[in-house]
Amino acid sequence: MSTRIRESRGQEMVLTAAVAIVIVLLSLLPMLRLIKEIVAPGGTLSTVAIKAGLASPATWIATWHTLVVGIGGTLLAVLSGTLVAVLVTLTDIRARSAMVLCYVMPLMIAPQVTALAWLQLFGPASPFLKLFGAAPPLGTRNPLYSTSGIILLLGVQYGPLVFLLVRAGLRKLPRELIEAARAGGAGWFTMLVTIVLPLMTPSIMAAAALAFVSCVGNFGIPAFLGIPANYLVLPTLIYQKLAGGGPAVLGETAFLSVLIGIIAMAGILAQEIMSRRRDYRISSTSLAAEPYELGRWRPAVQAGMWLLIIVVLFLPLFGLVLTSLVPGYGIALTAKTATFDNYRFVLFEHDAASRAFFNSFWLSIAAAFFAVLVAVPIGYLIAWGKQRWVRLLNLSVELPYALPGVVLAIASLLMFLRPIPLTGIQLYNTVWIILYAYLARFLVLALRPTISGYHQIDRALEEAAQVAGAGLFTRMRTIIFPLVAPAAIAGGLLIFMTALSELTVSALLWSSGSETIGVVMFSFEQGGDSNYAAAMSVITVAVTFVLMLVTNLLAPYLPTGVLPWRD
Amino acid sequence: MARLSLDNVTKSFANFDAVKDVSIDVADGEFLAVLGPSGCGKTTLLRLVAGFEKVTSGEIRIGSEVVSGKGGSVAPEKRRVGIVFQNYALWPHMTVAENIGYSLKVAKLDKAVARRKVEDALALVNLQGLGERRPANLSGGQRQRVALARCLVAAPSLVLFDEPLANLDVHLRASMEDEFASFHKRTGTTIVYITHDQAEAMALADRIAVMDGGRLAQLATPRELYHEPANEMVASFISQGILLPADVLSAEQAGHCKVRVLGTELIVRCRPGERPRAGAKICCRSADLDVSPDGPGFDGLVKRVIYQGGSARIEFTPSTSPDITLHFEQPDPVMLESGSRARLRIRSGWLIPAVGAAS
Repeated sequence: MSTRIRESRGQEMVLTAAVAIVIVLLSLLPMLRLIKEIVAPGGTLSTVAIKAGLASPATWIATWHTLVVGIGGTLLAVLSGTLVAVLVTLTDIRARSAMVLCYVMPLMIAPQVTALAWLQLFGPASPFLKLFGAAPPLGTRNPLYSTSGIILLLGVQYGPLVFLLVRAGLRKLPRELIEAARAGGAGWFTMLVTIVLPLMTPSIMAAAALAFVSCVGNFGIPAFLGIPANYLVLPTLIYQKLAGGGPAVLGETAFLSVLIGIIAMAGILAQEIMSRRRDYRISSTSLAAEPYELGRWRPAVQAGMWLLIIVVLFLPLFGLVLTSLVPGYGIALTAKTATFDNYRFVLFEHDAASRAFFNSFWLSIAAAFFAVLVAVPIGYLIAWGKQRWVRLLNLSVELPYALPGVVLAIASLLMFLRPIPLTGIQLYNTVWIILYAYLARFLVLALRPTISGYHQIDRALEEAAQVAGAGLFTRMRTIIFPLVAPAAIAGGLLIFMTALSELTVSALLWSSGSETIGVVMFSFEQGGDSNYAAAMSVITVAVTFVLMLVTNLLAPYLPTGVLPWRD
Repeated sequence: MARLSLDNVTKSFANFDAVKDVSIDVADGEFLAVLGPSGCGKTTLLRLVAGFEKVTSGEIRIGSEVVSGKGGSVAPEKRRVGIVFQNYALWPHMTVAENIGYSLKVAKLDKAVARRKVEDALALVNLQGLGERRPANLSGGQRQRVALARCLVAAPSLVLFDEPLANLDVHLRASMEDEFASFHKRTGTTIVYITHDQAEAMALADRIAVMDGGRLAQLATPRELYHEPANEMVASFISQGILLPADVLSAEQAGHCKVRVLGTELIVRCRPGERPRAGAKICCRSADLDVSPDGPGFDGLVKRVIYQGGSARIEFTPSTSPDITLHFEQPDPVMLESGSRARLRIRSGWLIPAVGAAS
């Protein structure tokens, strides 16, 4: 008997050990290295770095700013994302597929591209406003250089993130629950407030936590909108200090990053507590609810939705395209001045740009693939594991994403500055250090939806396989993976789209030959070549869009729910 | 096929005993129903047998092998038990045939053999030709059959049913009941059947284990449970037995003794060795009561008359003990009306053994 007992525990032990190793390598090691840097810079214990950080008023101002834009951006994202998810999923609104596709697009556009696009739209040099002769005179301050500008763009950027998670939850809602409420006399709106939204609490909470973590750690938007207004948040403060002080201020920036880590953790903890207060698991499988008939309100609701989409997607992109066609700053766009020179330049005349496209593509694919494979077992241990310590896993995987990319980049630099002990392998100055940072940073993007997926699966499905004689690995492969695959692969797609034009991590880790799309775009913009940056942005957006369409062709062969923007 | 033995099994969660010192022996090929109100520990008992929970103390044996005990716990996948889950737990991403053939695939059975076994299992539950369907496209009864076929195909030594009919409508229940019974007859598999529905348990089981608050209240044949309940809980739980306070007046003789109930004396059945005592209880069934306008008996008030088609259920309060309610059925033509007075006679009953008496 004892051998049979040992056998059955063996697979569980192997799984747990493998998960532990991955998490130690990707989360704990960089985190520890970072903490060592602030408590023991140079190898001896000292509080110099902490004291210097606390004494600086800049720290407190930036912390306050971070909280303001983080909470503001999250609220805006949750409100808009949830509203759109409910309208699109539960009503008989028309052209749903197109709407979903368009609304989700901003998420797949890098924050710095969003910032660039909106700035081009409203700035004094705006080719768009110049079309109507409505551009303010050169030298006028751009209205987006403000707190509300940052909050607005964060909300626009992360609303789709909330939308995706809430929509995924809504689609799994069995129609009986809605029908039972309608039969119980609840009007559609009452049913929404008393049944749907409460049941969606885990999804909404998870989405809110993710949006908060993203807003707080966002670099591109506050960098483009805040720095000109001298409105610094923690990530931009860190970036400025590093850019100005170099390795000498590593300790100080490490302190600031721990601070931001604490803010993000508070958000995640709040989510954990909120969603554990009740059991929201939905065990039955059922068809989706019949869409609610909007009746005479339908044209108005549709018009509102499309107006929203035009404002958050088409206008900024239009501005971006116009800028990419302008030969130089401030020049009005006419049929005569319009040129494709900017495109020709970034595609054929600039070596780094073409290398960047190649690098970014394979880095994103590798990161997404790995994350999906790892998220399924980690999610299993977190969602269904019996050991209490496993719940801490969730937090430790969140950390590399909660910390701004700048910080993980610093941690990676600190870790790999010298060759890896015992092996002598040198990651520094190669593309592999970027891959490492991507894996560590984006794992959570696949893990969150996977855990949500687990929470909505009836565990009896696994138990049924267990009594059928399937060991843990067999169950993983044949039952658990197929069941959580939609959620996990959706997470993988998010990772791919996020990583493709990622900037903050690669900005600090790139070396000649390992440029990414974001890095090349950023250096154009920094050099004042907004037109080149715009051209690269347009290409990236176009590639992403084409990629989505191509993936759509595969949809019939994929389980439903894998492609978030498809019905 | 194997026997299942539970020896003093206890399962505690935090500071609450879900299953307390339960000992049951299920014979090879026996159909045992575990019956009890919700929260009585019957589902925990099933999960212990299946291996999803580990015993706190005690031992579980399947066949001759100890599967749960001091030495540890054999994993569920090694126990060769089959389970039919309450909500079927059919894998939505597999076809019906894939669901059924899963355990064969896991056991790496030859594909052709596996396919034939799946066909046989489908035929056994009358689902020929539905192998390529998805579970989502089946009716409740069909899903139940697939779940049954899935658990049969591996020829488990023991089959556990977890309230399998709870989600089905009444008509389907009756026909599934028939199917379970004929399945048991055909295969001779040892079955443990968890339910809260007595009619189901009575109809199907060789013996019924009644559970209450984590403890085993009584383990007996359906007939014995009905006629000779071992304690008040079983007496009132099974078929809504009526409990009445009684004083035992004479010692047992040939399985009977004399008691005084509601001021009248009568002869009831009892266990051997009963002696005169006060504060006893008897259990009687509605069939044991009749209206006797002039004969011996006791007077009281008719509280409610509920017509049920062909007969009426009468609720009656004796004048001497207004806090007791008796109920019985009166066939058509129903004479009694609510609010009227009547005289009742108890024909027979069962003396509930004293607490702590050996069973």
